[in-house]
Amino acid sequence: MATTTPQHTVEGSGPGAPRPGGSGPARIARRLRIDRRYLPVVGTFVVLALILAIGGVRYDNFLSVGVLANLFINNSFLIVLAVGMTFVILTGGIDLSVGAVLALSAVSAAYLIDAGVPVAVVLPAVVLIGSIIGLLIGLMVHVFEVQPFIATLAGMFFARGLCFVIAPESIPITDETFVAIAGWDTWIAGQWRMTTSVIVALVVIGIAFYLLHFTQFGRTVYAIGGSEQSARLMGLPVARTKVLVYVISGTCAGLGGLLFAMYSRSGYSLTGVAMELDAIAAVVIGGTLLTGGTGFVLGSVLGVLVLGLIQTIITYEGTLSSWWTKIFIGVLLLVFVVLQRVLSLRKT
Amino acid sequence: MTSSPSADRPVVEMSGISIEFPGVKALDQVDFRLFPGEVHALMGENGAGKSTLIKALTGVYGIDAGRIVVDGAEHRFSGPGEAQDAGIATVYQEVNLCENLTVAENIMLGHEPRRLGAIDWRAARRAAAEHLATMGLDIDPASSLGSHSIAIQQLVAISRAMVVDAKVLILDEPTSSLDADEVAQLFAVVRRLRDQGVAVLFVSHFIEQVYEISDRMTVLRNGQRVGEYRTDELDRLELVSTMIGRSMDVLEDLQVSTEHTVDAEQGATPYLSAVGLGRKGDVRPFDLDVYAGEVVGLAGLLGSGRTEVARLLSGADRADSGTTRIKDVPTRLRNPRAAISQGIAFSSEDRKSEGVVGDLTVRENIVLGLQAGRGWMRRLPRRQVDEIVEKYMAALNVRPANPDALLRNLSGGNQQKVLLARWLATAPELLILDEPTRGIDVGAKAEIQKLVAELASQGMAVVFISAELEEVLRLSHRIGVMRDRRKVAEIVNSEDVGVDDVVELIASGGEH
Ligand SMILES: Nc1ncnc2c1ncn2[C@@H]1O[C@H](COP(=O)(O)OP(=O)(O)OP(=O)(O)O)[C@@H](O)[C@H]1O
Ligand SMILES: [Mg+2]
Repeated sequence: MATTTPQHTVEGSGPGAPRPGGSGPARIARRLRIDRRYLPVVGTFVVLALILAIGGVRYDNFLSVGVLANLFINNSFLIVLAVGMTFVILTGGIDLSVGAVLALSAVSAAYLIDAGVPVAVVLPAVVLIGSIIGLLIGLMVHVFEVQPFIATLAGMFFARGLCFVIAPESIPITDETFVAIAGWDTWIAGQWRMTTSVIVALVVIGIAFYLLHFTQFGRTVYAIGGSEQSARLMGLPVARTKVLVYVISGTCAGLGGLLFAMYSRSGYSLTGVAMELDAIAAVVIGGTLLTGGTGFVLGSVLGVLVLGLIQTIITYEGTLSSWWTKIFIGVLLLVFVVLQRVLSLRKT
Repeated sequence: MTSSPSADRPVVEMSGISIEFPGVKALDQVDFRLFPGEVHALMGENGAGKSTLIKALTGVYGIDAGRIVVDGAEHRFSGPGEAQDAGIATVYQEVNLCENLTVAENIMLGHEPRRLGAIDWRAARRAAAEHLATMGLDIDPASSLGSHSIAIQQLVAISRAMVVDAKVLILDEPTSSLDADEVAQLFAVVRRLRDQGVAVLFVSHFIEQVYEISDRMTVLRNGQRVGEYRTDELDRLELVSTMIGRSMDVLEDLQVSTEHTVDAEQGATPYLSAVGLGRKGDVRPFDLDVYAGEVVGLAGLLGSGRTEVARLLSGADRADSGTTRIKDVPTRLRNPRAAISQGIAFSSEDRKSEGVVGDLTVRENIVLGLQAGRGWMRRLPRRQVDEIVEKYMAALNVRPANPDALLRNLSGGNQQKVLLARWLATAPELLILDEPTRGIDVGAKAEIQKLVAELASQGMAVVFISAELEEVLRLSHRIGVMRDRRKVAEIVNSEDVGVDDVVELIASGGEH
């Protein structure tokens, strides 16, 4: 049975073959030897650097460690939301509930602390509220095959409504332990200020990165985004994974609510309105495709930083209305979506 | 070399399996046995229930009745994952991989080696490269899967099955887009596994391959088991008539006249004439004329550029050199739409991502091309739609013969027929067919060949691409030979041109 082994070098034949030549970003990427999958993230990074440069030229002391450190401090809860959202979007889903869940978690925290429940109980409890709502949404999506858009929309109304049932008015948080945790900070190299929420955000990023790239769960997330049917036929645990991404997103929203409560020292039913859209914008600007399957959690973090920086610049400008932030974000979103479209068109 | 299989206990024993889909009894009381150390072919026409039986075994579909015993224990797998854990590795029909991931990631997905709980990517890449090597595939494991042709993807899917240390290997039409070399390579691997005691279940519509590789076969017809046979005790004619339930001679009378058409000889203008058409990295500049009433075949190995030629001619890819003249008028085909408006229809080899729309009905899929050509505002009258749909469903024998069935619920071969019907329905002046008979059973294949020949004799120009040289030879008036992304020769087909001649041309690259 000595069959010879023909070694065909048929690399990239057929319709989808990578075409030599080409232009623009693709060519640059080839020259720099960047995997094309990282291109969108690199794009986000370039935009980030550009904004930093513009800010640095226009304003004195803009390019200071303090400004960058504050960027993280002020956006830690959005980073956490965006990280959770990345999981969902990678599977091709969407989570519209996170803004409301964040509010629910913050309000619950304030309410429970106000009622005298020890902080050590409150902290895990409010995060768990997020997980449970995520679980319910995940089950709706998976078991009853409700569209993620609809299921999470329902989750959003539910959570927002619950906020008002718990507390229509803003509840200040004065508990000493909580304030101490919220106000704790440390200086890295004597210059970079890190608060509790920044550290929490960094830990969340680290865990997410590990989950996505070094566990089977993460690989399944990407596979589902590529093709759910293929993932199922490959024997991957599709059902479990699809529910889990919503649990993760919900948990992140719960945690985000906690961070927001630390940030504002209060719980208010109207916090985080439309924040889910900021999170989605950050994820998309960070290079994750809404169709699922491609994207990186670090891209989403960069996306949040871009949004945050735009905000900072508008503040520095002083004369501009803060609504300009929205306009810039809108333009950026458009540019990024078009860019991704071009990149993916070139691929096929 | 093969030990008498029936001496052992079957590793898989299915009995009385029934599965009913709305309106279709896909499996009806089917019994099936698979022994260790045998290659067992599952045979049947398109829609006979082969893939359904495989999905019943591996838990993709629940069964309505019956018993599945694997390795002596009764099982009802909840999905392919559980089946894998029980030692059943499956390559389903159609490539079921993720194009967004790399080749290595696809191969190892779900089986990544781990160190301290985390995926060890270095080991994973190494293992993937090894599995690719077994299949004789020399591609970069870090390349994106989507950048490879369907054939390569098919081989990658098979490599993936090797990762599981399987007792049972199921291959559902693994060779449908492979060339002879790849098939030989695959069969070598299959034989080696068989000799190690693995039970292999093999599905193919290529009768020759079945006779080459299988020890026994089970024939299904209309969801029922017709019988189980030893391959060496059932000859080809008997097999085919067992499969189709009538005698074979209907297929024999297909005598396509490949007499050369007058047009070409009298110096008439070709319908389409490509001069120096090429695209960097895809295919070197080539000349090709296609006359009305003529079938031009393209022969060549996988990756030789035959698909790329079709894509250039049809505007699916934009040429970066050369000119196309249509009826002597220089025309630039910027995109498929432009080509369609010039009367050029292109049926792509990649039916899953470029062709069929699974969530539409058979009727909608068939009139899709026709309707698009008219513009969406001018809807086709319902009566006309029904006429067209009925005509082509009958001509191609699409089953179930229900125009309202969702396309994704059709068997693979029947989906291919619908795709073909779509392009035929547009009544193009030039029809470009890339692997139109892939996954189609012997009977339907002959019907399709007949239809193509008929259309050509009525004046349609056809470009016909197939990995099966016999088919190309049977249909074509002229044959362009491709090799290494170049057109190396063009021959006029006649009685005395045989498969060997074409193989030789391909091998020699046209240089004698
Ligand atoms: N999910 C489904 N829903 C409804 N009908 C189905 C479904 N899957 C398969 N069928 C039907 O069951 C029958 C058997 O299909 P199956 O895919 O098993 O055929 P096959 O023998 O594999 O054919 P082919 O050679 O074309 O691949 C067909 O009539 C098909 O239309
Ligand atoms: Mg099938």
